[in-house]
Amino acid sequence: MAKPVLEIENLRTSFNIKGNYYAAVDGVSLTVHENEIIAIVGESGCGKSALALSVMGLHNDKNTKLEGQVNFKEQNLLSLNRSKWNKVRGKDLAMIFQDPLTALNPLSTIGRQIEEPMDYHLNLSSTAKKKRTLELLRRVGIKDEQRIYKQYPHELSGGMRQRVVIAIALACDPIVLIADEPTTALDVTIQAQIMDLMKELQNQIKSGIVLITHDLGVVAEMADRVAVMYAGEVVEIAEVRELFVNPLHPYTRSLLNSIPSNLSDKERLHVIEGIVPSIQNLNRTGCRFAPRIPWVPNDEHEVSPILHEVETGHFVRCTCYKNFHFPEEKVGEPNYVTT
Amino acid sequence: MSLLNVKELKVHYPIRGGFFRRVVDQVRAVDGVSFELEAGETYGLVGESGCGKTTTGRAIIGLNHATGGEIIFNGKNLSKMRGVDRRASVKDIQMIFQDPYSSLNVRKNVLSIIAEPLRNFERMSPGEELKRIQALVDRVGLNPESIYKYPHQFSGGQRQRIGIARALALNPKLIIADEPVSALDVSVQAQVLNFMQEIQKDFNLTYLFISHDLGIIKHMCDRIGIMYRGRFVEEGTASDVYNNPQHLYTKRLIAAIPEMDPEKRFEKMHLRQSINEAYKTDYNTYFDQNGRMFDLKSISDTHSVAVQ
Repeated sequence: MAKPVLEIENLRTSFNIKGNYYAAVDGVSLTVHENEIIAIVGESGCGKSALALSVMGLHNDKNTKLEGQVNFKEQNLLSLNRSKWNKVRGKDLAMIFQDPLTALNPLSTIGRQIEEPMDYHLNLSSTAKKKRTLELLRRVGIKDEQRIYKQYPHELSGGMRQRVVIAIALACDPIVLIADEPTTALDVTIQAQIMDLMKELQNQIKSGIVLITHDLGVVAEMADRVAVMYAGEVVEIAEVRELFVNPLHPYTRSLLNSIPSNLSDKERLHVIEGIVPSIQNLNRTGCRFAPRIPWVPNDEHEVSPILHEVETGHFVRCTCYKNFHFPEEKVGEPNYVTT
Repeated sequence: MSLLNVKELKVHYPIRGGFFRRVVDQVRAVDGVSFELEAGETYGLVGESGCGKTTTGRAIIGLNHATGGEIIFNGKNLSKMRGVDRRASVKDIQMIFQDPYSSLNVRKNVLSIIAEPLRNFERMSPGEELKRIQALVDRVGLNPESIYKYPHQFSGGQRQRIGIARALALNPKLIIADEPVSALDVSVQAQVLNFMQEIQKDFNLTYLFISHDLGIIKHMCDRIGIMYRGRFVEEGTASDVYNNPQHLYTKRLIAAIPEMDPEKRFEKMHLRQSINEAYKTDYNTYFDQNGRMFDLKSISDTHSVAVQ
C-alpha cells in the first residue's frame, strides 16, 4: 500500500449552539494515502463538509471545538497556532471549493489569484511566477492561457472558473488536496469534463485527494476508496468496487436503492423512513441509523457500535447489517412524515 | 386530441444598445420549440442550464411572455387570450417550483399558502375551504395539525409536499414541474418522486417534467425532449433517446452521466473522448453555419432528431 500522507484520528468537531457544544463530526478516523482518491459520501448534514473544514482549519475558533488528531507531515494540525497553520494551508494542504463563483475574488484577475498562494509559500521572481501560472492554466485544460491570465472571474463560464479554482489549489504542488463537492454546481457535461481532468491531474501529481460529495455516480467514476458518513460517523469504508458490488451497511444500501438511474423504469424508489436527525436532537448512544430502520429488532444492533473489519479494507459499523433486508413495499399508503 | 400542443414557441429578449437604446439584437432564449402532450403522460424536458427549458415551462403557464408561436391547451389557444378568459383556462395548469425554500411565503402558514389558489378561483365558505385543505394536506402525507405551522418548521421534502398540495388545490389537468427535486437530498428525492407518481394516477395528471438530471428524467418520463440553445435537439420515447441517441449533443449528454459501475469508468471516459473528437469532425452534420440546430426530422414513429 502507498504511504499514508494524512491521518485523521478520532476527530470530533463540535459547534456551539446556544451555549452547548454539539458534535457534527463525531469520532472520525481516516487515513489518506499518497496517490489515492478517497471519497466521503453522505447526505447534507452528515458532517462531511465540517470534516473537510476541520482538516483545513477553516472553522471559526470561537464557536468550534476540535478534538482528536489530524497528523500531517509529522505534526498534529489541530495543535498549530494560526501562523504555523498558514504555512501549511494552501501549500501542502489545498482545497477546491464547491461554488467556483464565490470561491474567486471578483475584484482581482485570474493570474493574480493563482499567483497569490505562490507569494506566501514559494520564493519566486515575478517572471517565474507568471511562467508557472501560465503552465498551470494549460495543465487544467485552458487553451487560451495568455488571455485568461488577464481576465476577471465574471468573464468566464462556470466550467472555466472551476478549472481556475483547481489551478489555484495546485499552485504550490499540494501533498493532500481536499475537494468539497467540486462538481455539484456544474452542468452534467461540464461535470464530466472536470471529473476527467481531476483524474488526469491525479495521475500527474500523485497527491492524496479527499473527494467530498453526495453523488454516488461521481464516487463510482472517481474514487479508489469510499467512506460513507451518517450523522457524524463513518458507517462504512471500502474499496470502490467492493462498496458498489457488496454494500453492507443498511444506510449504504438504502442510498444506493434510492437513486433512479440504478433501477429500470417506473419501479418505486426506495424511501428511507424518517428524517436525518439534527445535531441537537441526535441520540448518541447505540446505532444512529436504528430509528430509520425500525423493523430491525433491537438486539440486532450493538450497544455501542464500532467499525468491524469484515474483509480486508472493508469496515462496517454496528452489527445490524448481518440480517438486514428491506421490508415488503407497502403500496398506496401515504408515508406519514411527522414534524 | 392532445392536451397541450406547443407550436413554434419563441421567447426572445431584446438587447438594447447604442444611441437611444434601440433594439440591436435578440437573445433567443426559446427559438421555435414544438411538442405535444397527451393526457396522462409525463413529458420530460432536459438540457443544461441556459438551454431554455425553464423559460419554455414558464411561457406555457404565462409567467414569461411568448414572443411568437402558439400554445394550444385543451383546444383553446392560450397565446391569443387575454385577461379573464386566459385566467379561467390557465387555472387547469399549475406549477411546482424548484426551490421549496424560496417558493413558499415565509409569513403565511400552510393553511393560507394552500388556500391561495382556492381563494383566487373558487367561492368557498371558510368551513368548506378548511375541509378541502385538510383533505389535501392528508393526501400529500403531512400531519393534519401542520396546517397552522409555518414553512420554516418543515424539512425540505415536507416543504416540497406543501408546494405540491398548493399545485393540486384546483384539481389541475397539467402540472409543470420545474426541477422539483434538484434542491433535495437523494433519499428525500426518492420520496417526492414516488409521491408524484402516485398522485399522477389518482388525479389523472399530465406532467411536464423539467430537469437537468437525466437519471431522474429516465425514471419518470414516457417521452423526452432534449433542448440545447433554445431549440430541440432530439425527441422520442425514453428508450429511443437513451438506447438509441442520434444527435451528437444527446450522445454527449448521455455519456456525461456518471457511471454507477466502477468497472466501466475507463470505458466511459474513452467514450467521452471519442465524442469530443466527433465534435471536431462531424460538426457540420449537426449544426448549420451559425451554430444553430436544424429542424427536427422524424426517423421513426416516435423518434425525431435535428439533423440536416
